Amino acid sequence: MTDILNALVHLTNLMILPGLAYASQLALGAMGVTLIFSVLRFSNFAHAETMSLGTAFCIIVTLWFQQLGISFGFLPTALLALPFAIVLTAIFLILSDRMVYRHFRRRNAKPEIFMILSSGIMLIINGMTRLLVGPKGRIIDDGERFLVTAREFKEWSGLAEALVIKNTVVLTIIIAIFICSVLFWFLKNTETGKSMRAYSDNRDLALLSGVDPERIVFITWILVAVLATLGGVLFGLDKGYRPFVFQQLLLPVFAAAVVGGLGNQVGAIVGAVVIAFSEIGLTFAWKRFFSYLLPADLEPTSMMQILSTEYKFAVSFTILVLVLLFKPSGLMGGSQR
Amino acid sequence: MIGGYGGSPILNGCTISVDRGEIAVVVGPNGAGKSTAMKAIAGMLNLTSGNVVLAGKSITTLPTQMRVKAGMALVPQNDNIFPTMTVRENLDMGALLSRDTAAQTMKEVFDLFPILAEKRNQIAGQLSGGQRQQLAMGRALMTRPTALMLDEPTAGVSPNVMDEMFEKIRGVAELGLAVLIVEQNAASALEVADIGYVLVEGRNRFTGSGQDLLNDPETRRSFLGAHS
Repeated sequence: MTDILNALVHLTNLMILPGLAYASQLALGAMGVTLIFSVLRFSNFAHAETMSLGTAFCIIVTLWFQQLGISFGFLPTALLALPFAIVLTAIFLILSDRMVYRHFRRRNAKPEIFMILSSGIMLIINGMTRLLVGPKGRIIDDGERFLVTAREFKEWSGLAEALVIKNTVVLTIIIAIFICSVLFWFLKNTETGKSMRAYSDNRDLALLSGVDPERIVFITWILVAVLATLGGVLFGLDKGYRPFVFQQLLLPVFAAAVVGGLGNQVGAIVGAVVIAFSEIGLTFAWKRFFSYLLPADLEPTSMMQILSTEYKFAVSFTILVLVLLFKPSGLMGGSQR
Repeated sequence: MIGGYGGSPILNGCTISVDRGEIAVVVGPNGAGKSTAMKAIAGMLNLTSGNVVLAGKSITTLPTQMRVKAGMALVPQNDNIFPTMTVRENLDMGALLSRDTAAQTMKEVFDLFPILAEKRNQIAGQLSGGQRQQLAMGRALMTRPTALMLDEPTAGVSPNVMDEMFEKIRGVAELGLAVLIVEQNAASALEVADIGYVLVEGRNRFTGSGQDLLNDPETRRSFLGAHS
């Protein structure tokens, strides 16, 4: 019995909790990608950099708050800085739309053109973030580190394995669930949300109903700013901020959106869970887990790790390729474009 | 109107007009530019020359959503409802521009199409062909138009429901709207038409009252063959 509990605690501690946190971060990113895809109809290659930019804004405001001596008690100061970072990101996104995308939207340019434009924006943001906060890594997590520490848990449970619950992990999961619920409610129940759905379902018919396309685009960018900044900051709180690492988020975020079905909000969440747990599960060292469950003479001798952690990007890439080959519309069925 | 989608123009100087309270029907062979003419009036493609006038005001340079605001409504031939939304939500979409009068308009639409009132909470994608067309018309009427354009309102509707549809359209015109219809079922449509246009290669070929066109031997032979 103790062995099974030990095995489960070990798995929860090193795989399930980090997996859920990573899935939440990916889901926030993938929902932004899918929102842009369904309303603005292009694949936004600048999305990972947008998350990075939002985080960079958040770091700057956080540093400023720390200098002023403002803190958020046991919670990280970055949470206080979040609203400011979201506003700054939204302003940047709307400016980029006014200066770049709008011109081509009015000419009914093909989605491929927007994709290339977004790659250009990606490079611009890439430079901007380095100018803003520098290329070095930064730890932005302050406040209390742990909700439950290893020692506390071991004393309480008497198990050999410890369950460590990091504040940032709990925060990430709670905030992601909250924001997703708010977004779904908004799209389903408000007039603006319905107009957005209508505009993404059938653009001509929405125009014929008097929907103002510029207003829809404006609101979409604001929602994207909220999702991307939150996703970026939560990822940064959890794993530290490094511009290069954020750049690499593009692949798993896109893989999550495509696996779930581009244009499908629920799909983005499902895709994020699939990608996150495949990455972690395939690079996880299962030795300890099995040594608790199996009899002593069957105890595994190797680490029982399917892939070494350097290959984790290959995992999302492989899943992306497989889904595109065998179920191009994604697991939950995306839009038909 | 002269215009098209880029290549050679599809509309080569056709003229279509309709007065309030009347029904105009546009007929013609495939590729004559009937649907294109409607899209041009709705602002969904650019005219190289010509004008679109609504109630004495030129709306030629306005984008589609502003033309809707000015009082124009179009029911496209395909994809003319939001299939994932309920009947009620579809109608609400039409009421975006006229919120104050939405409740009143919706009552009028329900009076005209009782089936929509009955199915108001059903998902629109589950409706039958005839019900869809009624919903599409209802959504268009929710924008409180002065001119309503219908692109093939009887497409996908069973023949026995067709006459009922034309009756409803007659009813809409009697509310004081100008109604313009593009129709494959030319004979039945011309029965209810106050004025009929025959379009060939983007030009007006014949114009006359619905009865005139029905009685004209050449029109009958060329365009109404299957139905006469």
